[in-house]
Amino acid sequence: MRKVKVRRKILIANEEYAAKNRAFLKERKLPCLNVISSPGSGKTTLLAKTIETLRGKLSIGVIEGDIQTDIDAQRIRKAGAPAHQINTDGACHLSAAQISYAFHKLPIDRLDLLFVENVGNLVCPSTFDLGETNKIAVLSVPEGDDKPAKYPMIFARAAVVLINKIDILAATDFNIKKVKADISKLNKKTKIFLVSAKTGEGMKQWCDWLENLADNKRKKILKKTRPRQ
Amino acid sequence: MHEATVAQFILEAISAEAKKQKARPIAAKISCGVFNAINTETLKFAFEAISIDTVCENLKLNIEQKPIKAKCKKCHATFEFDLHESKCPKCRHDDFELLPDAPLLLEEITFEDK
Repeated sequence: MRKVKVRRKILIANEEYAAKNRAFLKERKLPCLNVISSPGSGKTTLLAKTIETLRGKLSIGVIEGDIQTDIDAQRIRKAGAPAHQINTDGACHLSAAQISYAFHKLPIDRLDLLFVENVGNLVCPSTFDLGETNKIAVLSVPEGDDKPAKYPMIFARAAVVLINKIDILAATDFNIKKVKADISKLNKKTKIFLVSAKTGEGMKQWCDWLENLADNKRKKILKKTRPRQ
Repeated sequence: MHEATVAQFILEAISAEAKKQKARPIAAKISCGVFNAINTETLKFAFEAISIDTVCENLKLNIEQKPIKAKCKKCHATFEFDLHESKCPKCRHDDFELLPDAPLLLEEITFEDK
């Protein structure tokens, strides 16, 4: 018997694609947000509402990830944004290589902001780097306030947590104070927005944050290359 | 559930090394930080299933889970992070930062003697 030391990263192939994606986005100063949540938290409704709210202000594109169907991409297009649907055929997460390919299915150079809606799953997507600018976690009120404690991986890595469906708070035992405390234990820098994509409550604060993110990236090129019209 | 993807990557990495070494691999050591969310039993099962009829069939996978560490911002002590007791064990302060999670690594492979 002989032992051979390897010390090789197992997900190296994914990491290489993620690094390429990051360089691609950086070159275009395009912020890319990887949206992760359980199935049914309202990710697509939230994105559709975001697109409608920011119409005329930001040009948004969406890469949709689902196991089957292009229902979500259709909903995004109906809301007025270009969308490309990836079907993973059973895989529980998107991988960086799929994103590299999807970039070219969108009018990428005309976008101010790119969303990736990951496969509905609170565990696996959080471990696959797509080369995104930030991870965004969505937690909806009916899922319960124990999720950050039970699924710490995504909440520790998310730059923003959107607590969605706050319009039904009164009908549940969901404790916002507890959720905020649990998220803050994992990551003190996480921004938390309370929203209802259905009623529009809280959407302004979230959309302001997005505009700010896109502006910070865009202003740099506006100054340098594009004269204002 | 992403253990199936991970098992596939491990199989490819070990098979490539086996080709280089011109020997049959019989065991391999994997290490992973807990935030990689790898379930040890699921990964072993997935690997067993996909390695049938390959050079890795019957290979024994040893998986070491590495805890995530945190650093206290007050006393700067480094400690193992426990969500249910998220305070610095030294000074009881609750302001700390999580240190990067250990990556998913193929540490070493044991080959049969030729």
